[in-house]
Amino acid sequence: MTGLPRIRVGRALAYVAALAISAFILAPIYLITLSAFSTFDAVYDYPKNLVPNHLSMESMNVFLDSDGVTDSLLRSVYVAVITIVACLAIGTPAGYALARFSFRAANPFQLALVSTRAFPLIIIAVPLAVTYIRVGIDDTIYGVAMAHIAFTLPLTVLVTASVFAGISYELEEAAMTLGCSRLSAFGRVALPLALPGVAASAIFIFVTTWNEVFAAALLTLRNRTLPAQMLAALDTSPLPYRLAGGFFLLAPALVVIFFIRKYLLTTWGRVAR
Amino acid sequence: MTTIAQETTLTRRRRRWEALPYWLILPTVVYLGLFFVWPMIQGFGLALRDEDGNWSWSAIDTMVNDAAFGKALSFTFLLIVVIVPIQFVLALGMALLLNARLRGAGLFLYIFLLPLAISDLAAGIAWSAIFTERGYLNTILEGVGVLQQPFIFLDPTSRTQLVIAVAAAEIWRSTTFMMVILFAGLQGIPKDYVEASEVFGAGFFQRVRHVILPMLKPSIQVAILLRLIFAFEVFAVVIALTGSGATVLAAEAYKWQVTNENEHVAAAYSVVILGLSLAAAAVVLVALRTPRERRLR
Repeated sequence: MTGLPRIRVGRALAYVAALAISAFILAPIYLITLSAFSTFDAVYDYPKNLVPNHLSMESMNVFLDSDGVTDSLLRSVYVAVITIVACLAIGTPAGYALARFSFRAANPFQLALVSTRAFPLIIIAVPLAVTYIRVGIDDTIYGVAMAHIAFTLPLTVLVTASVFAGISYELEEAAMTLGCSRLSAFGRVALPLALPGVAASAIFIFVTTWNEVFAAALLTLRNRTLPAQMLAALDTSPLPYRLAGGFFLLAPALVVIFFIRKYLLTTWGRVAR
Repeated sequence: MTTIAQETTLTRRRRRWEALPYWLILPTVVYLGLFFVWPMIQGFGLALRDEDGNWSWSAIDTMVNDAAFGKALSFTFLLIVVIVPIQFVLALGMALLLNARLRGAGLFLYIFLLPLAISDLAAGIAWSAIFTERGYLNTILEGVGVLQQPFIFLDPTSRTQLVIAVAAAEIWRSTTFMMVILFAGLQGIPKDYVEASEVFGAGFFQRVRHVILPMLKPSIQVAILLRLIFAFEVFAVVIALTGSGATVLAAEAYKWQVTNENEHVAAAYSVVILGLSLAAAAVVLVALRTPRERRLR
């Protein structure tokens, strides 16, 4: 038995497996996209069309013209923007501290951040809903954003820490010997170098808040984000509405993953453990 | 986490500013204290008090004696038992495929990562379009002649069928999450080890079994641990696929909070989810622990 054919068969099987898994992943995405851009009748048709020959914006328009949909879309965007900005503003300094300084609380702090992942976020959502009603910020996008910040902050700190750790401190020191203060050395040297990594964690925060259903549905009643709106409308809305909405929920993934695919495997994969 | 520590020991040794790092982490500590730790303590308080604020088991009693509790608990467990093992094998296979330097690896990477950014609600909606009676699966199966008439996959009276449907959607959506962690672990295995085993004639499965799996153990531990924790929170995908045909713990928490407006029982459910997550985490940590003398790093 020679090695060569065995390796070739193995390679061929690997391609078959990779193609099969790709098909498994892409098929539902293709089908929901197809449904979202079909005529109303085609969505209800049976047997279903598997090829795009009834393309139309009809279903999509029904969805977008429905009560509250554009508002909820906008709210989802607002919540995402607030969460990203606040999360980076709060978390980046902490990430920088972990990467650059030796201090006694560093390890306990890091451990605490890692262990937050063991706690299901559901246990935070219920008490927050109660507190929000008491404080009077229930049913607001700020309330949802504040919950989302709490969910994403630990990972943001860990990811930015690993980003800054990957940037040589010598560069900042050089800037300081050339007359920069510590702050301007950070701002002019470390931050620009860290920007791609920070942007990747911003995108990751975006994905989390865009997709988060449970807390958003619990904390809002009328001012719903898109996922909360979709969840509430699941059993009352027509099929084309649901499928077009499902497409809207899913669409950012196609773009976002393209930009952060490298980071997901290096930084994030390492930090996650 | 060791990598960050290692990378920065030098810089740390070089400069010791006493107060500055504490100022830098202060906002994060305060925020997580207010919005993470405090709500969690409050959650226990809510679960263990009645409407008048007295300590009581009434919320727990209500939860346990509700017929939906047992159903939600068993359906959640059933899902985990079906999903996680399949996911682990699939995620390992996907990670190995990405590691195999196939032609078109960049495209495969992009496709394999896609589900990571897809919500459980979107997954549930997409798969309901597939499984529904007048849906895509029936179209295909009838088209190729396997079925003569549409089959009701999402039969609310058949728990087995509902579990399979939800499991399909969850395996589709969340296997990538495990894959990312396992792939990162694979990168950390020195090539010499794998090559050495090849030189000594180990086939693919022997390599996986005797070289890759043992060295991947820390990553496997984390991947299964985090996946289990998330699995206890399974929510929107079940609602989207089964309607009211099946219920899970998180869906009950949601129902008690929003529909029944009883935050005490809702909190009791969330405490149960937390307890199960921590118990599962403990089991995984013990079952997959690596004895200190066998650790490589």
